[in-house]
Amino acid sequence: MSGFTFSAEQEKEIEHIFAKYPFKKSAMLPLLTLVQRAERRVSPEAMVAISKKMDCSPAYVQSVMSFYTMYHAEKVGNYLILFCINISCQLNGCDKLLEYTAKKLGIKVGETTPDEKFTLHREECLALCTEAPMMRINDTYYGDLTEQRIGQILDSLD
Amino acid sequence: MKDLHTMKVYEEQGGYRSLKKAFAQKPEEIVEAVKASGLRGRGGAGFPAGLKWSFLAKDVFPRYLCCNADESEPGTCKDRELMLKNPHMLIEGMILCSYACRVETGYIYLRGEFHDLNFNLEKALEDAYAKGYLGKNILGSGFNFNLHTHLGAGAYICGEESALLNSLEGERGEPRMKPPFPAVEGLYAKPTVVNNVETLCVVPYIVNEGAEKYASLGTEKSKGTKLVSVSGHVKKPGNYEVVLGTPIREIIYDLAGGIRDGNKLKAFIPGGSSVPMLPADQVDVSYDYESLAAAGTMLGSGAMIVIDDSVNIVETTLRLISFYMHESCGKCTHCREGTRWLYQIVERIMQNKGQLEYIEKMEDICDNMAMKTFCPLADACVSPVVSSIKYFRSDYEEYFKNVPVSSV
Repeated sequence: MSGFTFSAEQEKEIEHIFAKYPFKKSAMLPLLTLVQRAERRVSPEAMVAISKKMDCSPAYVQSVMSFYTMYHAEKVGNYLILFCINISCQLNGCDKLLEYTAKKLGIKVGETTPDEKFTLHREECLALCTEAPMMRINDTYYGDLTEQRIGQILDSLD
Repeated sequence: MKDLHTMKVYEEQGGYRSLKKAFAQKPEEIVEAVKASGLRGRGGAGFPAGLKWSFLAKDVFPRYLCCNADESEPGTCKDRELMLKNPHMLIEGMILCSYACRVETGYIYLRGEFHDLNFNLEKALEDAYAKGYLGKNILGSGFNFNLHTHLGAGAYICGEESALLNSLEGERGEPRMKPPFPAVEGLYAKPTVVNNVETLCVVPYIVNEGAEKYASLGTEKSKGTKLVSVSGHVKKPGNYEVVLGTPIREIIYDLAGGIRDGNKLKAFIPGGSSVPMLPADQVDVSYDYESLAAAGTMLGSGAMIVIDDSVNIVETTLRLISFYMHESCGKCTHCREGTRWLYQIVERIMQNKGQLEYIEKMEDICDNMAMKTFCPLADACVSPVVSSIKYFRSDYEEYFKNVPVSSV
């Protein structure tokens, strides 16, 4: 299968990753993360490329990948919104805010906007309970959410 | 304190001072000091830290140290704040632990969602290497220690130590059969110490100030201080450090400012979503391991989730069951199926399609889940269910009142 090759920069990063562990197999999650962050998904072609690096079968890569919620088989939007719905956020009214966010984006929870800008996911506790309700967009945490604040945050992202 | 996360400010505050003191002692002396301090694991299980270190298989090398920074217990957000504001304290604690346990390689297992924190930690590690606190022959002691970060990828179960080790080995994060415990066969089947962030952060204090001083805080059996993440219906949610033995009333009403919107306290979950909840009349229980155990619950991770009387407890219980159903790794049948059945039953109750016998059925399922699985995830799901039935049965009965005859 063709269609996926690591860039020179990624190859360098991979060397750095392998150097952290006495055994190669520990690099599995870091490699999957590397691909997920670059491609916004882990494609079957990328699984093959990873399996070659890891000296294992592509099926094994897939079995590990499918266990973890942060790897996506389908491409996610430029901005992945993880909206916490666990207990502390629930007590602070996250359900209505999630509904508001979905409506504002014009999609259902779990979907991606047609322009591939936003993906909205329901998420379990993200460890910012003291600022509930909260969401995480890519690497940034946003706490103390209100409809107004969500509107401002979404509008500020290009 | 401003900029405590930088090496400069941390050192000005006496940071890394403990290393010289530690290197002047034998490793066993540090283990003994941590034992004498009474420090217990702050991740959830509360196992004595020094004892855990002393269980390492004798004369088997290499050994590993893994810091459990997979903080994902609902309600808990102390480790994130610790690592964000004071990463060097964790690094210093890990160096001390490694010296005490003769470990030369350590990993900080961060939950994948903490990718932002990874940048901060990598910077802190880089600074520590540059200063000679990490790497070869640390401060001329002859002791070597390399420390790396490792990111997970979104799985609550990886906070369980044996699942964490599987994940760190590049596998699916499923728990292992115990024994052997990680102290005997852990990472790469070598003796491994797994400790929570907060636990490791306490070690510099014990080495600097002495075990006695640490043990002078707290109750007879619960020593020292604990970070409590107070969230939910309080006026001032936040992470508060309390001396063990502080009355829960003080934590909720004084530190966190009491219940907001003029409502009344209905229930609280004292140690993260995996421990049984308590009703408002138990608010005078003291916040320590033994008192909470006597009250039928646990101190857990130290997450205090406060629920006011505007809430029907069945709603929060369903949300928690849904969480455990989602996070069950599926390895054990009792957990995989049990969490789903509980979800379906409570969902039906909330749709006014339930009947009284459902409660009996739920208790029966819980009975078949508790203590029957590889790891405590099933027990964690049972906690809110059983305690909600015990204390808030009337909340369930609310839903039985309007059941149409035809659906029963």
